[in-house]
Amino acid sequence: MTALTRRWRAAALLAGVALLLAACGGGSDTPTAEPGGDPNQPVTMTWWHNATADPGKSYYQSIADAYRQAHPNVTIEVQPLQNEQFSTKIPVALQSNDPPDIFQQWGGGQLADQVAAGKVQDLTEASRPWIGTLGPAVNNWQVDGRQYGIPYTFGIVGFWYNKSLFQKAGIGAPPATFEDLLGAVQKLKSAGVAAPIAIGSKDKWPDAFYWDYLALRLCSQDVMQRSATDYNFDDPCWTRAGDMVKQLIDAQPFQKGFLATPAQQGAGSSAGLLANGKAAMELMGHWNPGVMQSLTPDKKVPDGLGWFPFPAVSGGAGNPDAALGGGDGFSCSFKAPPACVDFLKFLVSVDNQKRFGELNIGLPVAEGSETAVADPNLKGLVEFRNQASYIQTYLDVAYATSVGQALNDAIAQQFAGQLDAAGVVEAVKSAAASR
Amino acid sequence: MPGRKHAELALFVGPALVVYSMFVLLPIGLAFWYAMYRWNGIGPLTDFVGLDNYRRALQDPAFLGSIRHNAIIIVLSLTLQLPLALGLAVLLNARLRGRALLRTVVFAPFVLSEVITGVIWLLILQPDGLADRTLQAVGLGGLVQLWLADREIVLYTMFVVITWKYIGFAIILFLAGLQGIPRELAEAAEVDGASKPRVFRHITVPLLGPTIRVWAFLSIIGSLQLFDLIWIMTLGGPANASSTMATYMVDRGFRRYQFGYGSAVAVILFLISFGVSLAYQRLVLRRDTAGALTRMAG
Repeated sequence: MTALTRRWRAAALLAGVALLLAACGGGSDTPTAEPGGDPNQPVTMTWWHNATADPGKSYYQSIADAYRQAHPNVTIEVQPLQNEQFSTKIPVALQSNDPPDIFQQWGGGQLADQVAAGKVQDLTEASRPWIGTLGPAVNNWQVDGRQYGIPYTFGIVGFWYNKSLFQKAGIGAPPATFEDLLGAVQKLKSAGVAAPIAIGSKDKWPDAFYWDYLALRLCSQDVMQRSATDYNFDDPCWTRAGDMVKQLIDAQPFQKGFLATPAQQGAGSSAGLLANGKAAMELMGHWNPGVMQSLTPDKKVPDGLGWFPFPAVSGGAGNPDAALGGGDGFSCSFKAPPACVDFLKFLVSVDNQKRFGELNIGLPVAEGSETAVADPNLKGLVEFRNQASYIQTYLDVAYATSVGQALNDAIAQQFAGQLDAAGVVEAVKSAAASR
Repeated sequence: MPGRKHAELALFVGPALVVYSMFVLLPIGLAFWYAMYRWNGIGPLTDFVGLDNYRRALQDPAFLGSIRHNAIIIVLSLTLQLPLALGLAVLLNARLRGRALLRTVVFAPFVLSEVITGVIWLLILQPDGLADRTLQAVGLGGLVQLWLADREIVLYTMFVVITWKYIGFAIILFLAGLQGIPRELAEAAEVDGASKPRVFRHITVPLLGPTIRVWAFLSIIGSLQLFDLIWIMTLGGPANASSTMATYMVDRGFRRYQFGYGSAVAVILFLISFGVSLAYQRLVLRRDTAGALTRMAG
């Protein structure tokens, strides 16, 4: 009897475990080709991108279909994922033995972490013949001078402004210097504009745009560039950036209750305030017209919207034509077949980039595709981008994630009056030390 | 037949036990393990730091502030929500017209999802929003505040939203408890000349004791783990003024990619919740559960 019982018990447990394993299994066993294998061998690649809505979603699907037409041996499984899911899914997927072959890549410190862990393919040699056509933005997808990702869109941050409010306040030309900007704020206030500048401080990163840009104007290109690898913030320019941020905050240019204002959600957001004529300007990325459009009653980009670059700062070591920006790209994971980089080359070809530009969901990077950008404001923005002496990626992206987010938090605290300029530098130093 | 009994036990408990171990016990164990490393989530665990993550967390003013915010929410819940919910429950237990409708109305917010609640209240509380305009319309314009942007006020604003959201649950529990109190007791007391307040104080409240104690337990645990509403409405800001242990944990773990450090925070949150639960079970709930268990064994 005891023997039977024991067998019973074992069988029951086994059944339970088997059920569980069956439930957990079901992963794909598609073999992936080893790099350097036969190029005509059938391969399947998975592609994770963040365009979950049209027109982006069908655009990517059509790119995958077109590539398959030209290369019948390559199957691409396209999987759109919500943007927010990437931050949790990518680390887990790269830890596993079955990561996506092609995945969304924002470059900077996160890419450096992935490269350090050996999870991303070095594309330097394979992309050498054509990477030059993608402009200066490609730097952001490099680690130690090697290319680990390919950008397909890149935009820069600047001031979006309401021309009629500027006119009403008697501001002739967009502010060219920081003093002009402060002057414009005063003029707008005297003209009865309650919120000269709209800002979405709830989200923290809009605060960081000011600090980042002032650092870019005050610090030399060399100091800026090195900070992303040596995390040295001893140069006085970093504290001066914070001092100037304070100067701006003290001028009280922002809307009432700006610390709780989101950047993009609803008519009460900073983009919504600008879109509905309640604020005169906002320092924001190239995507702002698209966001504003969705926040107006008639779903149109408001008339009289203008764009001007971040003003120059006298006595700063940085170039007035340097720009702060960021973009999207793709990387090939360590498991990806050689077709991956070939596919990315196809994705950023001039024709495909033109089609991307026409969709008005981002600014293409390939040389010759600028013509697809029709909006006059965006045309001016692309021109400034292409002629920039140096493009600095948003610091929260350029730095290791833990340092970048700590920096954003510290800047947000300065906007809330909880930290001074030196305190922000201290906070980023201590985050870098415990990185 | 003990053999058969064991087989049945194995058959029915086995699968559940395996699932429980894999999805509850193992992750808890892993959190303890990760918490001893400095780890950005990618690559192998190599940078062993021992208890350093715990030390850093307990020295971080932002985390200590989060613990304090959780404690404030617990105290406010117990001192303000309890009398409010009790009063409303007694009111809704009385015979009055439209009682069913009123009960539904009071319970409705609890059924709403946290996201919808958060978005509705964001609209109500935005500057010059419904809350401000209502106050101005009734001549209380002087009370208008920057509800979510003022660091001194935001936590209390959040407490009001939390109360609005969860009070329906307390009321339903108390109503159920009130239904279980025999009417004869109150009637007998009234015959003996007891006033309404005395009946409430000496009959209703003591007999509602077990329900109140269970509600308080759920409220404390819920307050300790408070996350969704805060994350949607303030992201813990401005400048950490409304952060909780859970928002701090998600911020450090997933926004900053410090999974080792985030795990240490998770372990601290777990230990606090676990400690409070155990203490509460032993010190407060003992007589309630002891009675039940004794009856079952007997």
